[in-house]
Amino acid sequence: MDFTFTDDQLAFREAISRFLMTEAAPEMLREIWETDAGRSPDLRNRIAAQGLTALSVPEAEGGLGMDDVAWALMTQELGYYAIPDSLADTAYVAAGLLAGLDPAHPARAELLPRIAEGSLRLAISHAINPLVSDAQLAEVLILPAGDDLHLVPRAAVDVQANPSIDASRRLGLVSWTPGPQTLLASGEEGRRLQAQLLDRGALSVAGQLLGLAQRMLDLSVDYVAQRKQFGKPIGSFQAVKHHLADVARQIEQAKPVLYRAAHGLAHGEQGASVWVSQARLACCEASWLAARKGIQVHGAMGYTWEVDLQMFMKRAWALDASWGDRGFHKSRVGAYLFADGARLGPGHTFEDVNHA
Amino acid sequence: MQLTYTPKQQAFRAEVRTWLADNLPRQPLASYDTREGFEEHRAWEAKLFESRWSMVMWPAELGGRGCDLIEWLIFEEEYYGAGAPMRVNQNGQLLLGPTLMEFGTPEQKRRFLPRMAASADMWAQGWSEPNAGSDMAAITSKALLDGDHYVLNGQKTWSTRAIFADWLFGLFRSEPGSSRHHGLSFLMVPLDAPGVSIRPIKALNGKDAFAEVFFDDVRVPLANRIGAEGQGWHVAMATAGFERGLLLRSPARFQHTARKLVELFKAHPESAGRDPGLGDAVLDCWMGAEAYALSAYHTVGRLGRGEQIGAESSINKIIWSELDLKMHETAMRLLGARGELLARAPAAGDAAGWLEGFLFAQSGPIYAGTNEIQRNIIAERMLGLPK
Repeated sequence: MDFTFTDDQLAFREAISRFLMTEAAPEMLREIWETDAGRSPDLRNRIAAQGLTALSVPEAEGGLGMDDVAWALMTQELGYYAIPDSLADTAYVAAGLLAGLDPAHPARAELLPRIAEGSLRLAISHAINPLVSDAQLAEVLILPAGDDLHLVPRAAVDVQANPSIDASRRLGLVSWTPGPQTLLASGEEGRRLQAQLLDRGALSVAGQLLGLAQRMLDLSVDYVAQRKQFGKPIGSFQAVKHHLADVARQIEQAKPVLYRAAHGLAHGEQGASVWVSQARLACCEASWLAARKGIQVHGAMGYTWEVDLQMFMKRAWALDASWGDRGFHKSRVGAYLFADGARLGPGHTFEDVNHA
Repeated sequence: MQLTYTPKQQAFRAEVRTWLADNLPRQPLASYDTREGFEEHRAWEAKLFESRWSMVMWPAELGGRGCDLIEWLIFEEEYYGAGAPMRVNQNGQLLLGPTLMEFGTPEQKRRFLPRMAASADMWAQGWSEPNAGSDMAAITSKALLDGDHYVLNGQKTWSTRAIFADWLFGLFRSEPGSSRHHGLSFLMVPLDAPGVSIRPIKALNGKDAFAEVFFDDVRVPLANRIGAEGQGWHVAMATAGFERGLLLRSPARFQHTARKLVELFKAHPESAGRDPGLGDAVLDCWMGAEAYALSAYHTVGRLGRGEQIGAESSINKIIWSELDLKMHETAMRLLGARGELLARAPAAGDAAGWLEGFLFAQSGPIYAGTNEIQRNIIAERMLGLPK
């Protein structure tokens, strides 16, 4: 029993964090987001050079072969630095899906090495999402049709852009016609892959929301330590302190829930979907509290376009219902909790890992 | 990350479970806030000690089993999962015990720890005074040196179950004219010493759950001081850390309550039908208890990797106290009009027990440092905000 990360995992996270701190500063992101495409191939290439896009591509296909547990740290960094959807969707969610295909499936050799080297931009969706992130720019889209999953070239779909309050988002309503030539998986396998896809997409968002919460907390701490009223920093007043202490508490409380879900997904635990939904709810809670308290302690500055808080706050609001809204995730936890014969209480927390 | 228990840990769990199944009291013990219940709990503690279950993390020579923190979590899960009695001597065992291990002399350890593990000595705390609550450095109770003794004068208050206890530990001002956290000494006082008088304070539940303790020229030997003269604040801060930290309120206790709450919810579909918010509240409570358990395992792992937790223990304290309150508030909402009934009321039914817990939960955000003080600590020590 060791519910912690390895030194390697922590060191990789630290390296990515240091890299993004300089390469993805808010003023640069603002410039990128103002363009029509909203994406910078240059930044993407530099991130790929750090190994991030190769993280969960299997070693046989040119990647590092790491699992959801490593991504539980990395998605927090992507959230902290507000890296747009396309990266996590391609390198984590899509790579995870493709790595779950039969070893002989041709799509693996076609796509996974290109994800690893960072040259492929994929868009991926699920019936739970009305719109598809980064559909416009993607080279290939992975789309559901009933139980089936299709791998569809960009040229075969129409994308209607739908602007979001989160300036980093590029959401598209995708119209297309499924055909046999694009079929990736069907039937039982299609259902299994879609279920996994949903969990992984939801967990990716959970990690990003937690990173966003931490960023908003850090920005708020900086602001209240500098801003003076009544002759002293407003951060010395208890009312302000307690707002931010509550945010810190929600963030710390959500972390182990996220990590447990990542482990569940990586090991195909029976309860994984429930742990993912639990993580989503904990991270949604933390990020919305960080946004609310963040804007409050920033005062009127927090309501401006100018102060960076808005970038992270809007992203937290936008991602809240992505890959399943809170109602969806609550229903999944509730179905588990209120089922007859649910094994609850002390000693059952890690039961399905131990009786697998 | 590796979430399986070792065969040794699984065997340990099975051993705890078997022992509890064979030895748990048939009938629930009376409330430990009464003389009768206090002695029943003391007898239960003695039984735990006989089989070396009272302090599993303490070394074998002190009557423990030298367990690590994971085994301790397992013990707690089995203990509270079985509905075993509350631990009556926690103030001694979980707060003073670790303090003695860190700061006590070999003689003090020999003299106090085994009797504490066996609950032959029951301990009360002596921190708060009428004018020193959250502001603990405002302590005025004096301990003046007189040869090889201190002479104590003053008053302590909110001392849990002091009327039944054998000993008290706490802070006294030993340097005349000193102020704030300077000049305090950490002393252990036998409550049967001449000059000690104890006046019970009735708590919300109508029982003598805590007390005022008065000191009138009470002579305490120097050998009863922990740590150096005037260093009491430093020693006490370590104790306060243990209290807020994991040990005092392990997650298992709250997971057990959360499970009972889910059962109560299922047993009261009519309440759930009237108030759609109840299902949501139960869900939140259960997730909160699980999150606290996961956080405990994560913290234990991090401690094992040599990390320090520091001010995070203040987050723990807020989490468990607010969770306990929310669980009991939700139970009261589920019970509706029968919630007010005392356990002995013939119509109480499954309301019995929840009311007592609801009352006690009101104290959680207050004792062991109010949650306002904890939020100050988080803001100042974790987030680095100015004082």
